[in-house]
Amino acid sequence: MTTIRALIVDDEELARRVLREFLSNEADIEVIGECANGFDAVKVIAEEHPDLVFLDVQMPKLDGFEVLELIGPDPAVVFVTAYDTYAMKAFDAHAVDYLLKPFNRDRFETALARARQRVRSSAPPTERVEPMELAALARAPEQFAQRIVVKDGSKVSIIPVDKLDYVQAQDDYVELHSQKKSYLKQQTISSLESALDPKQFVRIHRSSIVNIERVNKIEPYTKDSRIAILHDGTQLPVSRSGYARLTALLEGRT
Amino acid sequence: MHPLLRSAKNLGFYLIAWLVPIVLIACTLRLSSTSSWTDSFTLAASFGLPYALFCLTPWYLCRMLPLRDEHLLKALLNHLAAAFVSGVLWLRVAGYLLPERLTPNLMPMFAAGILVYLLSVALHYVYLTIEASKEAIRREQEARVLAREAELKALKAQINPHFLFNCLHSISALTSIDSAQAREMCIRLSDFLRNTLRLGEKESIPFGEELALVNTYLAVEQVRFGSRLRVERHIDPHCEGCSVPPLLLQPLIENSVKHGIAGLVDGGTIRLNASCDNGSLRVTVENDFDPDSPAPRKTGMGLANVRNRLAARHGDLGRCDVNVTESSHRVDLLLPCQGFNS
Repeated sequence: MTTIRALIVDDEELARRVLREFLSNEADIEVIGECANGFDAVKVIAEEHPDLVFLDVQMPKLDGFEVLELIGPDPAVVFVTAYDTYAMKAFDAHAVDYLLKPFNRDRFETALARARQRVRSSAPPTERVEPMELAALARAPEQFAQRIVVKDGSKVSIIPVDKLDYVQAQDDYVELHSQKKSYLKQQTISSLESALDPKQFVRIHRSSIVNIERVNKIEPYTKDSRIAILHDGTQLPVSRSGYARLTALLEGRT
Repeated sequence: MHPLLRSAKNLGFYLIAWLVPIVLIACTLRLSSTSSWTDSFTLAASFGLPYALFCLTPWYLCRMLPLRDEHLLKALLNHLAAAFVSGVLWLRVAGYLLPERLTPNLMPMFAAGILVYLLSVALHYVYLTIEASKEAIRREQEARVLAREAELKALKAQINPHFLFNCLHSISALTSIDSAQAREMCIRLSDFLRNTLRLGEKESIPFGEELALVNTYLAVEQVRFGSRLRVERHIDPHCEGCSVPPLLLQPLIENSVKHGIAGLVDGGTIRLNASCDNGSLRVTVENDFDPDSPAPRKTGMGLANVRNRLAARHGDLGRCDVNVTESSHRVDLLLPCQGFNS
């Protein structure tokens, strides 16, 4: 039987030591490292490809959901958290398992058994949910993303939504434009749209979302379409339904 | 409606009370003149009983014209006019009631009537003033009860489950690593919870006790965060006697840990300053935070509570200002420093 390579991610040292202590008795588990924040976790996971990650939810830099969003579907993830009503709903439905601090060895063994099963079965689970949707489930209702995380290799960028200018769809990716830089992220434009505050961001076209505060003016283009000109000069096509959404939002704001 | 007219019983007592002067007047008439007992009583009752009712009328005018400096003359003129009209009406009514053979001299009656009417006005004002002050006391008590309830509710909401569960997890970790420290942590946590409950019940505590509570809290968090949590204190010892509402500072420190230090990979510093001069207490709580983590939109239940409680207690004299820079968050509290006496 091959060893399962596990990574421990928690910002509190004592919390990491509990996991290390419980894992030390497991012959088939090798702890390949510990991370104290989300940035390190994403980096180590990208380089080391662990099979199993114990992931704290409340952490500096990137929280557990953002880490999950960036690491892709490969490792089995067991969330470890103190208390979070909404997050627990999400775990119930979709995570391999979650551990509520403090937990005892029995509860830990149960989680580990599930994780083993998930790692040993070569095929990823059939009803896997997109991490972005999981993150959305974990947010309180009526609460929208405050920032967007993007990974390029092992480098992670954080874009506060206030600094996001516009987004364009590129096949399975979205291209995020912020402060004259662009970032590629593997996500559908619809799922991104639903994470953003509809009072600030509007889908003006099948393939673009714009931050309403960046729009300078809208000019006619063809008979049925218009074009939005942003403050930095960028021109974006506006479809007929997109124009209707845009005007509705602008009227609502005044 | 006039309080005496609200029930038949009240009116009955009032009229019976009027019988005393009526009987006295009748006796005086009988003894000082040649009138018979019957005539004396008829005369006294015919004038007295209607006047008992006339004396209730100032109620309405008194309520319409509350005694205020700028309206005194207006009130006086109104009452005099009302007294005159009442006097005339009263004598007409009494005239109907009297048998024709009795013809008293009306002028002195009229003068007496005006005086009694004005006496009645004065009594009504006294009554209204007493009622108003009772009402004010009742309202003040009600406000105090409401404020107290609001505070308790706020305090209950502040016991933070995250903090509690994380502490218990730290203790659980320590049991196998360092059992002596696990016990120490249990004791610190118990101290903190006990003090929170004990101080939360009081209306005011010396600032020194609040500081002690904050120190217990920080001692617990220190175990969780280790070297990531650094604290600098500059406390003027003279301030420790100032009277403050309990758990005023604690939620601010908790916010500093939760929204500041916990979000920093290498941790940060909480700077706690307190000084007092010219009878006011000035407290500053400042912490570093990660500029990449935007503050949650629903900021500071704790901060709102602090603000409301200061406003309820000190009105404009209590201040709670927030200053946010690129990477530090500062709350300034200003409140009157009243010496603690209990």
